[in-house]
Amino acid sequence: MFNSLSERLQDTFDKLRGKGKLTEADINVAMREIRMALLEADVNFRVVKDFVASCKEKCLTAEVLDSLTPAQNVVRIVLDQLTELLGTTESKLVLAQNRTPNVIMLVGLQGSGKTTAAAKLAYLLKGQGHSPLLAACDTHRPAAADQLATLGAEIGVPVYRGDGKDAVKVASESIHEAVDHLNDIVIVDTAGRLQIDEEMMQEAVAIKQAVRPDQILMVVDAMTGQDIVNVVQTFAERVDFDGVIMSKLDGDARGGGALSVRAVTGKPIKFVSMGEKPDSLEVFHPDRMAKRILGMGDVYGIIEQAQKVADQEQIDAAERMLREGFTMDDLLNQMQQIRKMGGLAKIISALPGGERAMAQQGGVDESSLGRIEAMIHSMTKEERARPKIINGQRRKRIAAGSGRSVQEVNQLLKQWGEMNKMMSKMRAATQGGSKKQRRQMQSMMRNMGMGGGMPGGMGGRGWGM
Amino acid sequence: MGFFDRLKSGLSRSREAINEIFYMGGEVDEDFWEDLEDTLVMGDMGGELAMRVTDDLREQAARENLNRADQLRDALAKRLAQEFRTADRDPFEDVPSCVLFVGINGAGKTTTVGKLAGRARGEGKSCLIGGADTFRAAAIEQLEVWGTRAGVDVITRERGADPASVCYDVVEEAEKRGTQLVLIDTAGRLHTSSDLMRELAKVVNVTRKRCTSMPVTVVLVIDATTGQNGLAQAKEFNDALDLDGLIVTKLDGTAKGGIALAISDQLGLPIYRIGVGESIDDLETFDALDFCRALVGEGK
Repeated sequence: MFNSLSERLQDTFDKLRGKGKLTEADINVAMREIRMALLEADVNFRVVKDFVASCKEKCLTAEVLDSLTPAQNVVRIVLDQLTELLGTTESKLVLAQNRTPNVIMLVGLQGSGKTTAAAKLAYLLKGQGHSPLLAACDTHRPAAADQLATLGAEIGVPVYRGDGKDAVKVASESIHEAVDHLNDIVIVDTAGRLQIDEEMMQEAVAIKQAVRPDQILMVVDAMTGQDIVNVVQTFAERVDFDGVIMSKLDGDARGGGALSVRAVTGKPIKFVSMGEKPDSLEVFHPDRMAKRILGMGDVYGIIEQAQKVADQEQIDAAERMLREGFTMDDLLNQMQQIRKMGGLAKIISALPGGERAMAQQGGVDESSLGRIEAMIHSMTKEERARPKIINGQRRKRIAAGSGRSVQEVNQLLKQWGEMNKMMSKMRAATQGGSKKQRRQMQSMMRNMGMGGGMPGGMGGRGWGM
Repeated sequence: MGFFDRLKSGLSRSREAINEIFYMGGEVDEDFWEDLEDTLVMGDMGGELAMRVTDDLREQAARENLNRADQLRDALAKRLAQEFRTADRDPFEDVPSCVLFVGINGAGKTTTVGKLAGRARGEGKSCLIGGADTFRAAAIEQLEVWGTRAGVDVITRERGADPASVCYDVVEEAEKRGTQLVLIDTAGRLHTSSDLMRELAKVVNVTRKRCTSMPVTVVLVIDATTGQNGLAQAKEFNDALDLDGLIVTKLDGTAKGGIALAISDQLGLPIYRIGVGESIDDLETFDALDFCRALVGEGK
């Protein structure tokens, strides 16, 4: 019923891949699929028309049709076009050097996630060494200021609430507050408003005039449908924002709206918001987004995430594993890292073809990780270091201690055995090879360490008990 | 301004778009059908449904010899209205009744609960609000403001408490007081977050099990601006919770709410109310034909 854009394109290209030489009719079939897929991904239909037309034109050149690998060429053209449309540069927040405090204002529809985004932005800027102040200028929604105050307290950022009645007054007072308390950035959270609500749009303009923001960011829900063009167009005309924060991208919405926003307003997407935690605001990378849309996987994102959680201790652990083999503690460690990175499903879906594999397997059972953890926790220190000593008696005890069956303990031990075998093969390889090869192997190990259990973690095989 | 006018003004953008093609030349040709399909897609109806509706209408046009664009307008409205299911029971009128509101973040659950509570009090029904959104910062405070405005008590617990226990409490209190309408607000969550969906399933199960004195209705609140992802949302929520129906909010913007049609068509869920404005009275009973007539731009 509902196919994601990446699945659709993948199917199309699988079909094209089987062909040696493409005809115009083949290209038309592919373009029709791309059109439907983009529409289902909520890219505005006018944008889709332009996009497909320009892709088709490029695909119809002799260079593509007569080449030995036409399908790859079509993929490349679609990818390039998507990336170009999404903006070719990495967009960052531009702050004025000669003004203190800098002012960032957030606008958007109701429920798009402005208040949450304000807190996340404050957290990000605080991490960069700034001292932000949050201004609660949503005086319309009940308890919006309370929400911001709670979030501010959680991340340790002050919140200015004023009288909570006149949004313009609260906004301008917050600037004085920031000057008094030496805050170098003020983030102004405003009320959600419909673009056709004249009174509310005027309020937004009044706040803008009162605080003269250096940056106005519009928060756009990644799930917004075709109407996104009307919304961003009106906001661009009335308030004139500088960039977009795309929220709720941690769902399965393809965020086709990102394409539409760029195409219609030319404004860059600056950040994507990927979850509920304050650190889930990420810089927008157009190339990654385009690749993700095309089902080529957000490999960079995963590597970055892995780097964030991998510390020196774990690098040492990887080296020790190479020397001495793989213990149950290592397995436990890996699983905790997978958790830190957002769980198996998030990692797998970011890998090339991962979404399809997951759909075929009927999703990932995250709870199996918890069960394995429970079993490992039920082992003694000695058992964890040398799982070989675990005999029938011990198995029974571990099963009872973790509330699992003996069969499950057996399966865990079997999997550990297989991983250890793989590890010794690697050991042999690293000891034989040159220094450079060894380094490569070690870095591979580290990445393996993050995802070593992954292929088995899908569906009924391996960890998914 | 009556309901129809209000809805019509809210839906005017899509009506204009469709009017454009109906008035263009007035003759039905290939371009007409292509434009029609595009326009339906533009209303967030989804490519597949738009294609099916267009094909059906095309067949009907050939069969009944409808060759002028304006003739097809009424046929289209009726055809679209067929996609909607009608509700067997109105959970906000047939009291006693207990209604749980679920949906993704920012769909408008809390506001909808507030409005419905105000409405119920206005009609002289006794009402109780359950604040089971113990996760989002200040969600309880927001609900309490609505409760005070409506003169309805809010039963809740501190932030971070088990939401299922809140439901238990509120049902117990309602039974003690003999309350007619119980409205329970839950925390917004993305349908892709499996543990949060399981938590919600527990909340719903506890309520269904505990609440024996009145029927429990689980309503998905969906934002009219939502695109095709709305279908995935509705499907996941339905799989996890066995939904009873929908409430579509924010139809007062320029969004066409075509996703409501797609959901209703795919999952066979009735629409209980639609939100066409900011004030308490702007939460209206849904009428499929009115909705579709407004959508295709036909007069009264």
